[in-house]
Amino acid sequence: MSDVRGVGIGLGVAQGVVVRMAEALPAPENTPSTQGVDAERARVREAVAAVAQELTARGETAGGSAQEVLEAQAMIAEDPTLQDEVDARIDDGATAEWAVHDAFAGFRATLEAVGGYLGERAADLDDIAQRVLARLRGVEAPGVPDPGHPFVLVARDLAPADTALLNLDQVLALVTFDGGPTSHTAILAREKGIVAIVGAASASELATGRSVIVDAAAGIVTVDPSDDEKQRAEQRAAARRSADSAPLTPGALADGTLIPLLANLGKPADASDAVERGAEGVGLFRTEFLFLSSAQAPTVEQQRESYRELLAAFPGKKVVVRMLDAGADKPLAFLNDAHEENPALGLRGLRALRASEDILREQLTALAEADAATEADLWVMAPMVATVEETQYFTALAREYGLKTAGVMVEIPASALLADRVLAHADFASIGTNDLTQYTMAADRMLGSVAGFQDPWHPAVLRLVREVGAAGARLGKPVGICGEAAADPMLAVVLVGLGATSLSMAPSALADVRHMLSTRTLDEARHLAELALAADDAAGARLAVADATATLPPHQKETTS
Amino acid sequence: MTVSRTVRIGSSHGLHARPAKLFAQAAKDSGIPVTIAKDSGKAVNAASILGVIALAIEYGDYVTLTADGDSAESVLDTLTELLTTDHDQESA
Repeated sequence: MSDVRGVGIGLGVAQGVVVRMAEALPAPENTPSTQGVDAERARVREAVAAVAQELTARGETAGGSAQEVLEAQAMIAEDPTLQDEVDARIDDGATAEWAVHDAFAGFRATLEAVGGYLGERAADLDDIAQRVLARLRGVEAPGVPDPGHPFVLVARDLAPADTALLNLDQVLALVTFDGGPTSHTAILAREKGIVAIVGAASASELATGRSVIVDAAAGIVTVDPSDDEKQRAEQRAAARRSADSAPLTPGALADGTLIPLLANLGKPADASDAVERGAEGVGLFRTEFLFLSSAQAPTVEQQRESYRELLAAFPGKKVVVRMLDAGADKPLAFLNDAHEENPALGLRGLRALRASEDILREQLTALAEADAATEADLWVMAPMVATVEETQYFTALAREYGLKTAGVMVEIPASALLADRVLAHADFASIGTNDLTQYTMAADRMLGSVAGFQDPWHPAVLRLVREVGAAGARLGKPVGICGEAAADPMLAVVLVGLGATSLSMAPSALADVRHMLSTRTLDEARHLAELALAADDAAGARLAVADATATLPPHQKETTS
Repeated sequence: MTVSRTVRIGSSHGLHARPAKLFAQAAKDSGIPVTIAKDSGKAVNAASILGVIALAIEYGDYVTLTADGDSAESVLDTLTELLTTDHDQESA
């Protein structure tokens, strides 16, 4: 059997023996009830209550975000609308089994018709229906197998109730043949650090007992690997374990090129966690938190205190503060209360600030005061800049307040294409890959039905990044990345190859990205970037880079400790 | 006493998953009948998480809440607060 490909979650690699998860219970037959309406209703009530109770109890055991998900599932099991549907079928003479099966199927069809994000939630409904059916039949609910030895779990798609209670000592890796990168399996695998590959369609042919290597970094399941392959996988797993506990060295490529690794932060209180994880500064500090909870703008004093707290955590280090970015996903009544047909294309970012310039001036005042009282190297930047004129406007205003380093976010293709003109005025550029992808692909980030377009690996997005990187290199100006893309270790290398000089991400992603950068030279990063740029689409770019990476031997990391 | 109110959704990922759960839970806990309708669509039981999810409510949509009972005003205050808050505030 040839290799199985899917979407890898994280960078892990693991090997072991496949155990398949028990397939779903067969659908019940639609035979007339012999027990009568009242008895069937009572059976459903009992089963539903028991399932809801079990899910809630599992949630309490699991805690965290898993608990939220399981509580939602318990609510679905006892949902009043669903109950009405079940009762209507029982009143028509159906058995409890058929009524539950058919009513859940009806809701599943509704969710699938909506598609996108909701379509992926449809599997949750199947899981709950299966649990209720198992209860009605007095059999064990389908769930995670427990063969008594460590194993690689292969399943169609894991329900939250399963992933939440996985015994990590026994489960070496997860492979699903349904479910995408936003499925619960992927989300929970990421959170719990389980090696996982999702959406690997041909994994459905993997039988219990097969030996496999699950390589999440490459998105490949190798079936019946050779001893040599097994040994290499074990070496990589060991290297990764040591990366987790590796010293918090500055971000650098294998050839020593420094790529500062910075943190994306949303409030000053998050600073200490970022420092502990080795953040070399802050690449994106979002100031919205100061504004979102209030109906009016905060005072200069309130702002100054928050900025001072933030800057004090990073003495001698770079802290990039983004001016208030009100807009499509975070509306602020006092900036713009007009209803817009297309908020993502409306009065947002710097456009909104310019329309209420006093708010922008107050923010700059507070930042300049906090800067004077602390030792951090403060940089300020404007969000959603589309034109050279906007760049000139913002940088001139920032300098008026004595702020030394003023730049812009590149999130709109227009400013990426004119990056050389923009950077003639700005001290630096920071690329927001989420919005840049949304605007390049003309796909609303907030809209589940077009979520498939929102992939920063798309070569069109990468070509725009290249424009900015090249302009930065020509003019000697820094170009940072501060979107989700920088947290994808493989993509981080590609972005550096395209000219990014620093990467900013959620602090939890720092260790993996630090490790991945240390395995590649700048020449290799540029080569990988060329491969990605030449692809037809995001999947092709990912594949081309993964294939090339697999053939390039990793560099021995130089250790000084 | 029946009270109605129209609200704009503030949660950046719309009324799915977690926000939908919080909302349906709050509607259920209110102890009085509450319905929710998107635009001029059919009103569904607000305590039904499936009913709420199936409305596929996105960020910026307008929904109408209707509550029936002595505490209708205060229940709608609580629910409005939930709907206008961004529960998924995490984006670069």
